[in-house]
Amino acid sequence: MVSRTTADYQTIAQAGCEALCEPAFWAGYDRASAQGFYDYYRQLTEYEPARAAKFGIKHFCWLCINPKEAEDPVFAREVMALIPDFIDRPNVLGIGEIGLNKNTKNELAIFEEHVEIAKKFDRPILIHTPHLEDKLKGTRLILDALKNANVDRSRVIIDHVEEHTAPLVLDEGFWAGMTLYPESKCSPARAIDILETFGMENIWMNSACDWGISDPLAVIKCALEMKKRQHSAEIVEKVIFDNPKAFLSQCPNFSL
Amino acid sequence: MPTKKDIQDLYFMDARFKLLEIASFLDRVDRHEGETDFRHPAFHEALKAMQNPPAGTTRAQAVHLAFSDHSTEPAESATIQFAFGAHNEEAAQ
Repeated sequence: MVSRTTADYQTIAQAGCEALCEPAFWAGYDRASAQGFYDYYRQLTEYEPARAAKFGIKHFCWLCINPKEAEDPVFAREVMALIPDFIDRPNVLGIGEIGLNKNTKNELAIFEEHVEIAKKFDRPILIHTPHLEDKLKGTRLILDALKNANVDRSRVIIDHVEEHTAPLVLDEGFWAGMTLYPESKCSPARAIDILETFGMENIWMNSACDWGISDPLAVIKCALEMKKRQHSAEIVEKVIFDNPKAFLSQCPNFSL
Repeated sequence: MPTKKDIQDLYFMDARFKLLEIASFLDRVDRHEGETDFRHPAFHEALKAMQNPPAGTTRAQAVHLAFSDHSTEPAESATIQFAFGAHNEEAAQ
């Protein structure tokens, strides 16, 4: 987890975490060159797996240029040209987290080109939907683009769903992800409301572990909250372990 | 599954706390100098939507929809990287 300390790996290992997947994302600043991404991809495929392994955690990652840095299409294409050099590395799951940030034409064009890379290499896709007021529009644009790209929907997970976008994603046959945050976005209590409202199939939750205020134990805390809400141990296990394992098992490099 | 009372036992105090935070936030805005921006009316619209969600829409969905950009065409370009939390219709035009 590029944005976290080694102590966070220790904490999640102590809480029972067996594996994690880390999307390629924003570094807290915009990178000045494609070479910066080359180094970042090395970090995701070499250094982070070794750091996680010290605590018995299997580390997997997704590759892309994230939508926040995809507004300049010339730069974005330079970065995307690096992906084939890394796609076969043993901890790479697929393409992600691609998607939209401010719902622009350039972001959308780069999103569509990433989808084509995933199709070319026959890899699953992890998708980021925009935050807050941009989420509804961005989710609709992403769904339209995916329909046009004719992807295998069972191999695409659309993340950061909330109450208003979860049914849009699930009704179209895609997987949905809920990223849990301690503030400002989806809380554990609301994630459980979404599960209770829209069902436990084709959905997972994950802990935001980014540069903002976030909590690597969010999923564990949500599991405890599910227990308080009288969900059975089997249901909790399904949501926090079986479902992600089922989706990720479609990635050729994934194993526990 | 828990009953309505179980849910109240679990979440009433927390929700009461958050409701008072909202009330105090609005009082704080009222008490201070200057003008509010587009977020203030959006917040009030969201409160109304929460209390009277359209048929077939949950309260949480109604709040999301009140804050959302409902346009359908991609933007020409991005002028900011972050989100405000409420759509600014005036700036979008």
